[in-house]
Amino acid sequence: MFEKPVGMRDTLPHIYETKRKLKEAAESAMRSWGYRFIETPALEYYETVGDASAILDRQLFKLLDQQGNTLVLRPDMTAPIARVAAAKLLKERVPLRLAYSASVYRAQQREGGRAAEFEQIGVEMIGDDTISADAEVIALLVSVMKQAGLEKFQLSLGHIRFIDELFRQILGTEERSEQLRRFLYEKNYVGYREHVKSLPLSSIDKQRLLQFLSLSGGIECLDEAVKLVEGSTGIEALDELKSVFSRLQEYGVDQYVTFDLPLVSHMSYYTGLVFEVYTDGVGAPVGNGGRYDDLLQKFGRPAGATGFGLRVDFLLEALEELEEETGVHCVLFSNERRVEAIQEAQKRRAAGECVLLQDVAGVKDVDKFTETCKSVTFFVGKSTGGNA
Amino acid sequence: MSMLTIAMPKGRIFEEAAALMQEAGYQLPPELDESRKLIIEVPEENMRFFLAKPMDVATYVEHGVADVGIAGKDVLLEEERDVYELLDLKISPCYLAVAGLPNTSLNEVAPKIATKYPTVASAYFREKGEQVEIIKLNGSIELAPLIGLSDRIVDIVSTGQTLRENGLVEYETIVGITSRLIVNPVSYRMKNEEIATLVSRLTDTIEEKAVQ
Repeated sequence: MFEKPVGMRDTLPHIYETKRKLKEAAESAMRSWGYRFIETPALEYYETVGDASAILDRQLFKLLDQQGNTLVLRPDMTAPIARVAAAKLLKERVPLRLAYSASVYRAQQREGGRAAEFEQIGVEMIGDDTISADAEVIALLVSVMKQAGLEKFQLSLGHIRFIDELFRQILGTEERSEQLRRFLYEKNYVGYREHVKSLPLSSIDKQRLLQFLSLSGGIECLDEAVKLVEGSTGIEALDELKSVFSRLQEYGVDQYVTFDLPLVSHMSYYTGLVFEVYTDGVGAPVGNGGRYDDLLQKFGRPAGATGFGLRVDFLLEALEELEEETGVHCVLFSNERRVEAIQEAQKRRAAGECVLLQDVAGVKDVDKFTETCKSVTFFVGKSTGGNA
Repeated sequence: MSMLTIAMPKGRIFEEAAALMQEAGYQLPPELDESRKLIIEVPEENMRFFLAKPMDVATYVEHGVADVGIAGKDVLLEEERDVYELLDLKISPCYLAVAGLPNTSLNEVAPKIATKYPTVASAYFREKGEQVEIIKLNGSIELAPLIGLSDRIVDIVSTGQTLRENGLVEYETIVGITSRLIVNPVSYRMKNEEIATLVSRLTDTIEEKAVQ
């Protein structure tokens, strides 16, 4: 056996078909919402795109070009798209609605079973700061999931500014806030609670921080959240969540949405609404997204932006059945009747069939070869062609 | 309501974990600890249990084949799995410690540490600024300093008896350990109700025990 590098995978024909249909369904949903597809190079500069990306430095594949510049294999599509948008596209039309379907690369240190190259499909909406933009992206995500054939899925929504404001009010310093945010990021609620108990805070404030952990579930958890913050910034964040939800009701997709206020997804990347999407049968989120208003400014053109990315490999895992391979018709011929065979094949292909044209002399075991074909026509020997 | 699959740790932690579940009112099947049957369904509770090596519990939960698991904090520190650590069950208390033969110091040329917890040990010594070589062993860690494989070991200590029996002494405590309730991130959302019920029943039980 020839080995592959850690985390690299082949896609064999029968899986390829299922994947192609899945991607086509998702892409057509995005296109029908007016998102335009874009491609960017697999290699980018480490100093710009690599640095701006949300992916941890140790997960980047780095290499050197011939001038000695450090390059990265793109670890996500959002940063490259932000680069193109800032350099070019934002001059043409604002807001921008862009979509992508591409492979991204993330080095894996642990098990070999985890993919280091996988396809992501997603959208970015750049230059629109409104709640409508946030709601549209989520509604589109739901639509994409349904088009892809997934029914049992769920979205969790959170809001980074709410967390920031709550922590800032109670803890005062950014350093202390970051410590607590890290517990959330690591999903370590035990550690969070212990840390809160150890802080020199009033018991009311401790209680606020502890209660915050339980703010998840239906829309009613936002009413609980209102009681925890003071002042306008935190309340505004909650109002945004409420408005997004009512818009999602208008889209008719609110049944897929729940709230999870302690959701952070990333230590620093997101700036507002964040969300993750989960489905039965896959142990990790199949996709995530949110508002990232600070990214574009790293490319010299500040603009608000929101979007999502879905992992094609996880979606494929969530689909219960693989696509049946649509059988091909096989035309087997011997040399003396070659012309007839070619004509037959071309006629069938013109009619939209998939046709395999095979010289019988090139096949060792005819039965085995034709086993997977849906039907066979023989042009063998001197008699007229027969079906089998 | 969908069925919850729960990964239970074999061995040392099992009995306390099972007792806690029972105190919380869950009817655990008596055959669970006879490890012949690997997976046991409890339809009355809408739950399914299986027994796994303690070190593997977090792996099953991360991959989502178990929704919930009971794992020691030592396993979580070592394995760094992407799971929710929701509750400190406050059972099976022990701690990770550095131990070795009495009145010895680290070899200055090539200090060696034997352990079942290479990630934890390596992080600990790195933070202290000590350059050490970590040697991964799978059991009988106490043997390493006795036979001269390493200067120190990093291992779980509960009563200290094993160390004493082998003539070893503790040098430093690294971190306290108890068992935790861990949850797969997707199950945490998709089976939110079931998990919330489990968490609240266990929380009540733990609090009652703390008062006693």
